[in-house]
Amino acid sequence: MEAWVTCIERKGCDLVTKLEGQLLDLMQEDCRLPLEKLAVMCSSTVDEVAQAISDLEERHIILRYQPTINWDLAERERVEAMIEVRVMPQRDMGFDAVAKRIYRFEEVKSVYLMSGSYDLLVLVEARTLKELALFVSQKLSTLEMVTGTATSFVLKRYKEDGVIFEEEKPDQRLVVSP
Amino acid sequence: MNYDKFLNQTVKAVPPSGIRKFFDLAATMKGAISLGVGEPDFITPYHIRDAAINSILDGGTQYTANRGLPELREEIALYLESRFQTRYDPKTEIVVTVGASEAIDLCLRVLIDQGDEVLIPDPSYVSYSPSVTFCGGTPVPVPTHERDGFRLRGEEVRKACTDRTKAIILPYPNNPTGAIMERADLEEIAKVVEEKDLMVISDEIYAELTYNGLRHVSFATLPGMWERTLTLNGFSKAFAMTGWRVGYICGPAEIIEVANKIHQYVILCAPRMSQVAAVEALREGREKGYEDVVKMRESYDRRRRLLVDGFRQMGLECFEPRGAFYVFPSIASTGLSSEAFCERLLKEEKVACVPGTAFGSRGQGHIRCSYATGIEKLNQALEKMDRFLRHL
Repeated sequence: MEAWVTCIERKGCDLVTKLEGQLLDLMQEDCRLPLEKLAVMCSSTVDEVAQAISDLEERHIILRYQPTINWDLAERERVEAMIEVRVMPQRDMGFDAVAKRIYRFEEVKSVYLMSGSYDLLVLVEARTLKELALFVSQKLSTLEMVTGTATSFVLKRYKEDGVIFEEEKPDQRLVVSP
Repeated sequence: MNYDKFLNQTVKAVPPSGIRKFFDLAATMKGAISLGVGEPDFITPYHIRDAAINSILDGGTQYTANRGLPELREEIALYLESRFQTRYDPKTEIVVTVGASEAIDLCLRVLIDQGDEVLIPDPSYVSYSPSVTFCGGTPVPVPTHERDGFRLRGEEVRKACTDRTKAIILPYPNNPTGAIMERADLEEIAKVVEEKDLMVISDEIYAELTYNGLRHVSFATLPGMWERTLTLNGFSKAFAMTGWRVGYICGPAEIIEVANKIHQYVILCAPRMSQVAAVEALREGREKGYEDVVKMRESYDRRRRLLVDGFRQMGLECFEPRGAFYVFPSIASTGLSSEAFCERLLKEEKVACVPGTAFGSRGQGHIRCSYATGIEKLNQALEKMDRFLRHL
């Protein structure tokens, strides 16, 4: 069975209210906006906004508040790779059981079930190339359901989560215009 | 050499724009936060830029028809009909111009003879009055008041009319006040237009930017007004395409014909690549429910609330603007003139606003603040203005 079949079967739809939708838009851009400002911009009250945010958290729609970091500038040694993984899905469990085995590794940042020529896309992060290579050869490839891997290293990051990493261009508009 | 005797005296006599002074001052200030910008902070959506790039790569570098690419005029006709219920024949009733700015100039040149008077709501966009003067007409300001939400009142229009009044400019949603005109307001004006036998230049460049669920009403949709109205619009505000310079005039064929006569001699045509970009903006908009426009409007709306609330919190009187992307708070309570307020605010807190007087004498006691700027910057500007007011 191809991966996308189970994916479509499982896709639910999370309904959010108009206020929740507005909050998600605003907070995705800047989650440090104070409740008072959020309330004004959504023409709502502080209490309603606080309630909506806690509802979103409870429903696991907002998972956490995390900055987008350009690690290249932080100069911390760090290697990232994207690994295409082919697996043998398990009876009754489909791909979920194997995905779970994989995402529990600390080195694994993200795991996606994919359509196409492989099944899982695994984003892995380690301090050195060697550490990463060992992870693939000793931990990932040895899982009994994994039938094959193809590892590609990240050389440079240009854009992540909608944020472009190159230095921001200054506003090109005239300072004052009619 | 003294060029005085060579210069056109009419043009020379027009005072420089009140905005110019603040531009010069603000341009020297490093790190100033500007609420003085009259254009979107969005960059033209990528698919629109891409369409223009492709047309250049494909060799689309020639002149177009004087009136504009036929497919652009067709798209404009479809757009206006579906969004604002106005109907124009793309073959004879539309001419594509270099921005709505050229459109303003063309409309006035087509209508105005030496000594004709043109009514202009005060305050309004800076170019109307000089443009009237440049074609030999006399600009006549019609006061609007904060108590009316800066809407134009029929009674004021009637009072301003003389035997020489030929046309009225209707710039709504309004820059700098953010005022809009609802149908009942326009009906009042239509009555006077009929009674005094006037032509109307309706500058609807901000038509897509109205809030609180109110939709823009196009003046030409009022009974009997289509024949008397030249509707101006463009791509700058709704599609964040200021630098492309594409606008248009729609109106009765006989008038468009004359406008096109000037346009063909003076301009020839709007740049082809910009017109191609404009086609893409409208075509994709039509197919996808104008999602770019809707997204931008929602974003402006949030920032509008933020700014209005911010000004009220710091004790400034601020009527709620329901269109464009400007807030026009009153600073009369500070005892400072608009100019002095803006100058000190810029020097002391490095926040640039435009004095209301740049838009006409009725702007005295007000400042124009644009919310086409990121939320973070708006919040910083509000904090700085609050501090400035407390130290006055």
